Amino acid sequence: MSTGAWVVVAAVALALGLGCFRALTDGRFRGTHRVRDVAPVVEPVEPVEAPWSHVAAALPGATLGEKATLLQFSSAFCAPCRATRRTLSEVAELVPGVEHVEVDAEHHLELVRRLGILRTPTTVVLDRAGREVTRAAGAPRKEQVLAALGRAE
Amino acid sequence: MSATVQSSHVTTGIDPRGPQVAAALTSVVLVAVLLLAPGPIGIALLAAQAVVFALGATRGVQHAPYSWVFRTLVRPRLSPPTELEDERPPRFAQAVGLGFALVGLLGFVVGADVLGFVAVGFALAAALLNAVFRFCLGCEMYLLLTRITH
Repeated sequence: MSTGAWVVVAAVALALGLGCFRALTDGRFRGTHRVRDVAPVVEPVEPVEAPWSHVAAALPGATLGEKATLLQFSSAFCAPCRATRRTLSEVAELVPGVEHVEVDAEHHLELVRRLGILRTPTTVVLDRAGREVTRAAGAPRKEQVLAALGRAE
Repeated sequence: MSATVQSSHVTTGIDPRGPQVAAALTSVVLVAVLLLAPGPIGIALLAAQAVVFALGATRGVQHAPYSWVFRTLVRPRLSPPTELEDERPPRFAQAVGLGFALVGLLGFVVGADVLGFVAVGFALAAALLNAVFRFCLGCEMYLLLTRITH
């Protein structure tokens, strides 16, 4: 086979691998990055500032939900962000005490760095105190959001 | 209750299957480029693809040549789209594609064939992801790049 043919095979393998991985993991809520980063607690860990305090500083107009908040990070060049916006606002309408707050990631890079956001859309579920419960990268389905909210109560 | 902080809202848009068909055609062209490069036909095809990317990036995907193929040959055979899509993500992806195509062209023209093959290979992988999974690699990289550079 020619060099070019090998490159074709490699590109197809790369695309299929990445595509299947994404199809499996997109929209799945997983433990917070902070929990993953913290080593097993031997000595008392200093209290971590709730993510909401950073959000409130960046977006003075946003309100924290009475029960939970669905914090969505979006950007202009993001097709799945639209579907995510629709899903999350539907859930916020449906479940009392839940707020949907959408953040334009490009204009709030400080917040993006503080919360360790790598992709849009990323949905972060915050509990009533504004602490992170779980997060999902990629567009989540409605059932996945409702299940994640169950963990915030 | 829903508090939306993003300023731009899209009420109109493009048929999302348009960019997908365009990505499939792009994939076919890039496979041909890889099989024919560094020969003159391969380089000419890559140059033509670069022009298509440039048109898509400057005028919008819906006004680029592959979209004409979609509108005249594919869309009449499909049911109307269930929803429309923002035209900015695929347009941005065309600009990323143009970048890879130009690097590839440069590689093949100056005789650095490895550079050419790698650049076109990545462009092909990105086009396939778009065509098969509707997944926009360029769009995903956008936030990471913004994070690094700002």
